[in-house]
Amino acid sequence: MENKVIKRTASPIDRIDATGFSSRELNARIRELAHNGTERVELYNVYGQRYIGTDLDRPIEVKIFGTPGNDLGIFMDSPRITVYGNAQDGCGNTMNDGEIVVHGHAGDIAGLSARGGKIFIRDDVGYRTGIHMKEYGDKKPALVIGGTSQDFLGEYMAGGILILLGLNLQKEEAHRTNFIGTGMHGGVIYLRGSINDFQLGKEVGTAEPEEKDWQILRKFISEFADHFGYNAEEILEHKFIKLFPLWLRPYGRLYAY
Amino acid sequence: MKVKSYLPPKFIVERNPDRCIQCQVCVNQCSFDVHYYDAEDDEVRSHEENCVGCHRCVVFCPTNALTIRKNPLDYRENYNWRPEVIEDITKQAETGGVLLTGMGNDKGYRIYWDHLVINASQVTNPSIDPLREPMELITYLGRKPDRLELDHNSLSLKTELAPQVKIEVPVMFSAMSYGAVSLNVQKSLARAATEAGTLWNTGEGGLHHSLYEYADNTIVQVASGRFGVHSRYLNAARIIEIKIGQGAKPGIGGHLPGEKVSADVAATRTIPQGTDALSPAPQHDIYSIEDLAQLIHALKEATNYTKPVAVKIAAVHNSAAIAIGMVRAGADIIVLDGFRGATGAAPKVIRDNVGIPIELALASVDSRLRQEGIRSQASIVISGGIRSSGDVVKAIALGADAIYIGTAALVALGCTLCQQCHTGKCAWGICTTNPFLTKRINPDIGTRRLTNLLRSWSLEIKDILGGMGINAVESLRGNRLHLRGIGLTKTELEILGVKMAGN
Repeated sequence: MENKVIKRTASPIDRIDATGFSSRELNARIRELAHNGTERVELYNVYGQRYIGTDLDRPIEVKIFGTPGNDLGIFMDSPRITVYGNAQDGCGNTMNDGEIVVHGHAGDIAGLSARGGKIFIRDDVGYRTGIHMKEYGDKKPALVIGGTSQDFLGEYMAGGILILLGLNLQKEEAHRTNFIGTGMHGGVIYLRGSINDFQLGKEVGTAEPEEKDWQILRKFISEFADHFGYNAEEILEHKFIKLFPLWLRPYGRLYAY
Repeated sequence: MKVKSYLPPKFIVERNPDRCIQCQVCVNQCSFDVHYYDAEDDEVRSHEENCVGCHRCVVFCPTNALTIRKNPLDYRENYNWRPEVIEDITKQAETGGVLLTGMGNDKGYRIYWDHLVINASQVTNPSIDPLREPMELITYLGRKPDRLELDHNSLSLKTELAPQVKIEVPVMFSAMSYGAVSLNVQKSLARAATEAGTLWNTGEGGLHHSLYEYADNTIVQVASGRFGVHSRYLNAARIIEIKIGQGAKPGIGGHLPGEKVSADVAATRTIPQGTDALSPAPQHDIYSIEDLAQLIHALKEATNYTKPVAVKIAAVHNSAAIAIGMVRAGADIIVLDGFRGATGAAPKVIRDNVGIPIELALASVDSRLRQEGIRSQASIVISGGIRSSGDVVKAIALGADAIYIGTAALVALGCTLCQQCHTGKCAWGICTTNPFLTKRINPDIGTRRLTNLLRSWSLEIKDILGGMGINAVESLRGNRLHLRGIGLTKTELEILGVKMAGN
């Protein structure tokens, strides 16, 4: 692969036309720009290139026009990515820090095993969203979804904050998600909109949000509203349910000794 | 309701009264509460029902007063309903739970290493004396090119090589996570690997900050729980290993019990202290070979194509077909873990019944990759019950590039295979995070014992190679003509690709 150094343009924004680039070529180009001190990159005609934003450990801002491929921001460590389009599977996979904002839908396993950072999805998400998110001390990932989700939302969740807003649901229409929080043993899920008990995993309990929950909700929903042009107050007026793990050790009683 | 347990003691503790000086070393050494001091009678006594047979007390008794014997459990003779079977059912009847155990499959399945013998030179080709002639054990792990192109003027290499990792001896320490084993054990492994020029493996528990200094000799693991996986961890490593399966428990995940998730373990894994560390059965971003390719390339991308990516699977029925997929998916190293491979905790029924012997898996994977013409595209590393340098040599002759040892390394540190790893009470201070017990492993001594083991095996491997008239381990790899089978059926010989002894 060619490894020539691109000279920084006078413009503070570097633009890349991704037409015909393989994932490896595109990422190499972004890495090169970041290495040379670029702070803002705009990618045009992105068409399924994977792993965008990985291996970047500085708070560079990446705007994506088009459709990024799987594992957007995998292992990412502080860039800020905005997608004007839909994200595919594995968006924010094992992300450590930074932010992903998707003006559209995201596929399956968004936020898989995330350790930190924030992900905002304007519309719907696929299966197993937020699976096995983690937290330790102050390091707490947050995932906010504007629409609804497929099954196994927050499965195996070990930490972090997951917010599902259901803004695109009709009045009285429940979320479609089943097995919410199956195997959950840490973190918290907030659901806006109605849900039936049978949709919840065995390991979660429900509660009304308390003041400290509303503080969290206000913070993340304000950010969400800012990103996508919603009115945060209107979103917050609606009823929310808090889901929490019933046990820190869901499978502790499975074994003989 | 407290009901009397029907479980008889498994071991008998014999204390020779003529030798016992009531010093209570055994009381302090036993983490299973077998020995206790009766102050009234000024006598040390035993709760035999707690004894697991680890022999810590026997070794540490200053007057050799202790003998631990198996309780014969002389029920009426029954080949089908053996004492172990009765014990298991009793435990299940008393608890209603899944039986857990530690270490590897201990059942009497055929050990193929013991049915393979190694060749030596006689008359027609000279053997080599490794004491006086150079003998090469260096091994390079990683994808090899199909052909090499040289610049004819400068004679420099024009072909771009995939990342290669050089190890001085084809024996590495297999994955044992921080949490399953103690930090002192990992420190011993890391330092021994560094001294001996080989590699150790973090397992899926992250890399403790104090071990980053050994990063050049570290394989980091990415598994279904993704514990402790972040870009510094990935970039520190020499090799990144994706763990799909483990020989002791193919097809299932892992639950590190909350009791073992101490503050330090929690910080390394980035999960809250005291919660179970759950590793799901599958990796939820890998449901197919294509998905595996995606994660392999994600890891390469995240480390800018500077490190080989290994993929580890448990040896199962169709390993050969899976291995082809793994190599074509971009794995630079494939790791096969046989059913003798150990674990910190697994359901007993899985450990003892699922998976296949590593010898057969290795032979069939190596053969199939050769048939496909892609053997050179990946190194093969095997693990699962490798006990000696003899096993290592046989494995290399069957087609392995390098061998992982886990149990053997722990035995070097004191383990006696009492199979109580899952309890977190390891009296030898190995498989525990209890600070009172973990200090029993001194990393200086641990490092010495492990480097000694590697040195012994290296010398022995050189001896065997010399006897065969081979002066580089490279020349032995996949050279099955140097092996013969004894007491094996035709089908077994066919799968192993070796001739019957005498043939």
